[in-house]
Amino acid sequence: MAVTEQDVRHVAQLARLGIDAAELPRLVSELNGILEHMDVLRQVALDALDASDADAGSAGIPLAMGMPLRPDGTPPIPLLHPRESFAPAMRDGFFLVPRLATHGTVGTSASDDLSTEDGE
Amino acid sequence: MSYHTVTYAWERFDLVRAGADGLNAFVSVDRDGSRTEADRIMQAQHLGPLAGVPVAIKDNIATLTLPTTCASRMLAGYISPFEATAVQRLRLAGAVVIGKTNMDEFAMGSSTENSAYGPTRNPIDSSRVPGGSSGGSAAAVAAGVVAIALGSETGGSVRQPAAFCGVVGIKPTYGRVSRHGLVAYASSLDNIGVFGTSVHHAALGLQTIAGHDPLDATSAHRAVPRMIPEPSDASYPLRGIVVGRPAEYFPPSLDPRIRHHCDRALDQLRALGAEVRDVSLPNTDLAIPVYYIIAPAEASSNLARFDGVRYGRRARGEGLREMYERTRAEGFGAEVTRRILLGTYVLSAGYYDAYYRRAQAVRQRITQDFANVFTDGVHVLFTPTAPTTAFKLGGHADPYEMYLSDIFTVTANLAGIPAMSQPIGRVEGLPVGGQLMAAHFDEVIMLRVAGALERRLGAEAHQ
Repeated sequence: MAVTEQDVRHVAQLARLGIDAAELPRLVSELNGILEHMDVLRQVALDALDASDADAGSAGIPLAMGMPLRPDGTPPIPLLHPRESFAPAMRDGFFLVPRLATHGTVGTSASDDLSTEDGE
Repeated sequence: MSYHTVTYAWERFDLVRAGADGLNAFVSVDRDGSRTEADRIMQAQHLGPLAGVPVAIKDNIATLTLPTTCASRMLAGYISPFEATAVQRLRLAGAVVIGKTNMDEFAMGSSTENSAYGPTRNPIDSSRVPGGSSGGSAAAVAAGVVAIALGSETGGSVRQPAAFCGVVGIKPTYGRVSRHGLVAYASSLDNIGVFGTSVHHAALGLQTIAGHDPLDATSAHRAVPRMIPEPSDASYPLRGIVVGRPAEYFPPSLDPRIRHHCDRALDQLRALGAEVRDVSLPNTDLAIPVYYIIAPAEASSNLARFDGVRYGRRARGEGLREMYERTRAEGFGAEVTRRILLGTYVLSAGYYDAYYRRAQAVRQRITQDFANVFTDGVHVLFTPTAPTTAFKLGGHADPYEMYLSDIFTVTANLAGIPAMSQPIGRVEGLPVGGQLMAAHFDEVIMLRVAGALERRLGAEAHQ
């Protein structure tokens, strides 16, 4: 069950991790090197303990140890209307709002990044 | 300001160069604040059991007075709005926090080399690692800066560095110490643990922080017994105690010098009146694969919160998705990235059954192995803590080779039982740790055996 570059791209997308294309061969090699040692678990005979896992849940979602599983993918942002329709102003996908307070002692932070001539 | 133990700690800190120019054991310190705090405490009418005692805190445990960065670029400069329960309890007892200690980023590692602040060096031999991930706390105690330090454990991150640095390290039962304020890595395995220069000091630290906390849903509703062992003058203070020697922890490949020290310690336990019994924990060889599936799987979920919106660092990006991806790519180091990818992979469609589900089932078997042994009358288990002594910085380039450092320690985290490491000898000048493990919430008996063994070994523990 060797991991491919496509697999790494896929899981990086699920994990919202930006991966440099130049790093893919190294990551593929490392993950395969690690997973090779995990394959010993595939030889373990699982008994009745796991019998119910193959059952499908009521919504057709597979169950594992009684836990419902969701399909792979990052969940959509659940809004009825697009954000742009009710935002006072936006930039790079973010709302721009007046700054309320600063956290000067914490150093550079998200609030600094968002401070702009529009938002100040 | 008066001279007190905190003053001594800073003198020692400078002497051993515990900061970035030397051991690199600390990532942030509070010289003035800690001195002022010690002055205030020592002038108080009521002195707590740790009045004026300097302590060091691993940098993944939240403090109000110093940043909590998990040694990650992701959390550079981050100051928690609340303090961990364990730290609050130390302060209530009068302890003074002098600094936050270096660690593997987000506690992922066994050498304290995976730190955004650079590696910590072992005080015994600065060309070697202190172990990890709580290497900064272990080094701070071994170098004599503090007598008590907090660390955290997910697969041996207190016990293995304790072994490498020649100090005592305790991982309590899961649920014995509140995890409130411990930055989550793998929530079903994480514990806050304690380092000490001796069994007494480590037990004193544990006694102070143990007990139920309503802020941690997994902390146990159990009374905390007195865990600090009393020295006994009896000829056979461990009479009636059965010590199990699990064959799987003494494989033919074990370094014969480490085996020698374990055999010597077992002889001393017999001399103290204990019965040593050969036992078997048959699923031990599956523990590393199980651990390195479950821990990254939980980490991939826990670390999803570091997205540039809620905590710390944020990179610029066109839209939300690109901002997330850039933030996480820039914020996480190589090992954290590797474990997030591994964890996401084993949880993804098509691989969940093959890896994660099987790992969970085998984890139950490992837990059952321990239960069987303890039900059969064994009070504690004795094993080596790690298969090697401290290795050279950069000595384990292959990730899986590094993972094998945890081979004797991950089992206690998987089963949730208490375990500890104490010095039992040296090989070529480098410390060897002996591990004790006990049944759930049986820290009292574990520490009693550890205290008796420490007393019996005396100077031999460091020879």
